Amino acid sequence: MIQVDHLTKRYGPVTAIQDVSFNVEKGQIVGFLGPNGAGKSTTMKILSCFMPATAGTARVAGFDVFSQSLEARRRLGYLPENAPLYGDLPVAAYLDFVAEIKGVSRSTRKARVADVMDRCFVSDMQHRLIGKLSKGYRQRVGLAQALLGDPEVLILDEPTIGLDPKQIAEIRSLIRSLAGQHTVILSTHILPEVSMVCDGVIIIHRGRIVAQGTERELVEQVFPTARVELQVAGPTGDVLAALRALPAVSRVEPVQSRDGATAFVVESPRDRDVREELVHLAASRGWALKELHQVGMSLEEVFIQVVAGEDTEEMTASGGAF
Amino acid sequence: MRWLPVFKKEMRLYFGSPVAYVVFTFFLLISGWFFSQIFLIYSDISMRSFMQPQFGQNLNVTDTVMRPLFTNMAVVLLFFIPMLTMRLFAEEKRSGTMELLLTYPVRDGEVLAGKFLASMALFAILLVLTLLYPGLIAYFTRVEWGPMLTGYLGLLLIGGTFLAVGLFISSLTENQIVAGFGTFGVLLAFWVIGWGADSAGGTLRTVLQYLSVTDHMDTFTRGIIDTKDLVYYASAIVLALFLTLRSLESKRWRG
Repeated sequence: MIQVDHLTKRYGPVTAIQDVSFNVEKGQIVGFLGPNGAGKSTTMKILSCFMPATAGTARVAGFDVFSQSLEARRRLGYLPENAPLYGDLPVAAYLDFVAEIKGVSRSTRKARVADVMDRCFVSDMQHRLIGKLSKGYRQRVGLAQALLGDPEVLILDEPTIGLDPKQIAEIRSLIRSLAGQHTVILSTHILPEVSMVCDGVIIIHRGRIVAQGTERELVEQVFPTARVELQVAGPTGDVLAALRALPAVSRVEPVQSRDGATAFVVESPRDRDVREELVHLAASRGWALKELHQVGMSLEEVFIQVVAGEDTEEMTASGGAF
Repeated sequence: MRWLPVFKKEMRLYFGSPVAYVVFTFFLLISGWFFSQIFLIYSDISMRSFMQPQFGQNLNVTDTVMRPLFTNMAVVLLFFIPMLTMRLFAEEKRSGTMELLLTYPVRDGEVLAGKFLASMALFAILLVLTLLYPGLIAYFTRVEWGPMLTGYLGLLLIGGTFLAVGLFISSLTENQIVAGFGTFGVLLAFWVIGWGADSAGGTLRTVLQYLSVTDHMDTFTRGIIDTKDLVYYASAIVLALFLTLRSLESKRWRG
């Protein structure tokens, strides 16, 4: 539904994105992650047909965003960063304008506008001027205008920014409910949001895509081993030696557990569950087993690993020049 | 036909904010002042010609009241119209709403048409309000409605030219002050350029006279529709709108 091929955008001498390629299948929700200035908004501006790319192509719903811009625009809803709206218009009047310009027929316009206002929880403010609304409301009016016209593709640049926790939960479930019918690409700084809402993840850093796939794929790619945290009552040195002696264990690392005692993070290949072996080991040695659980690696750790990894590479590369 | 939503939105913004009311109020105040002064002079002259008939042989409302009034209104418009057009594109760019507008399924030409027609409609409403003056004259004496209509046609054309130029300059910047002053400067230049014609000779004289934006209104106020002047205003409007369209389109490939 969204095909991006070798997209590059330069602002004068500054390269915002470089050779970005990815695909988003129909009905999927993809999260676009990256530190500030990584090129998330630039990519979204190109996809939304607002800005041309310097090189490369992008297709939305099968239409090229540059040469078939009008056709592509008929099929997309866009929420730019910071939701720029007309402050001097009331909410309902503004949404009516958007519905009309998107070609929603006169007979259904009123109902469609009322529907998106309900879904985005802004009905109670429909007669207020947009300029007088709080950031959270403005953001949701922005989302409402993107949903109008029932576009196949939604491009949302930081949709939950400026919302309070309850509103964030509501908007996330709204976006989640769009899956299947709509193809969504959204950018965010909030990593757990991606885990909760998105089917796939694209991590962009310094204008390049550094990782993409489902959250699970990324975790397995970046952290190839399964981890188990174990806490037993026994002498640290002995435990360490015994754990390392297990054939399935690739690595053991002592860590400080929450209550201050020493725990061990045991790494093993993903297809091998070592928990049973650990229990047997503890029992045979007579160490009381206090805690044993799998440590799931979160997207956050993946993100930090990927982005920091890029940075150190960069630093060593530039370090050689001095 | 997607210009209509843009047109309606602009009209809502004009009347939803104080812009329309402020411009109407002050334009009517100033043109009303001109009208009352001119009309007082006219009544003074007609009073005197009552005593000395040879004094007012060629006295008529069209020449003595409406012509100076139309000319004065055109000059006042030169000050007012930049304020109507300066926000049309500049504000959308500054606030970022342009980004959304350009991603809606609407052609640049339709956006432009909506905005130009909205400013024309606002201006037309302003002109309708000034019909009060000929109405007052008609109450006291006979009005020649033909020259009156052509005079208004002239005002509509010169106003349209001002609006189109203002729209173009607004599309070049995201700063409203720059858009407003830029428009004012350009319009002023095209007004005073005619003054140079008196001292210039030959071809230059003709060229300067032809370029002067206010000179072309003179024939309209006398009740004449001259194709030369129609062509002048029409081509100025078309040129300015064409340049605006180019400026909008350049955004699409230049970024």
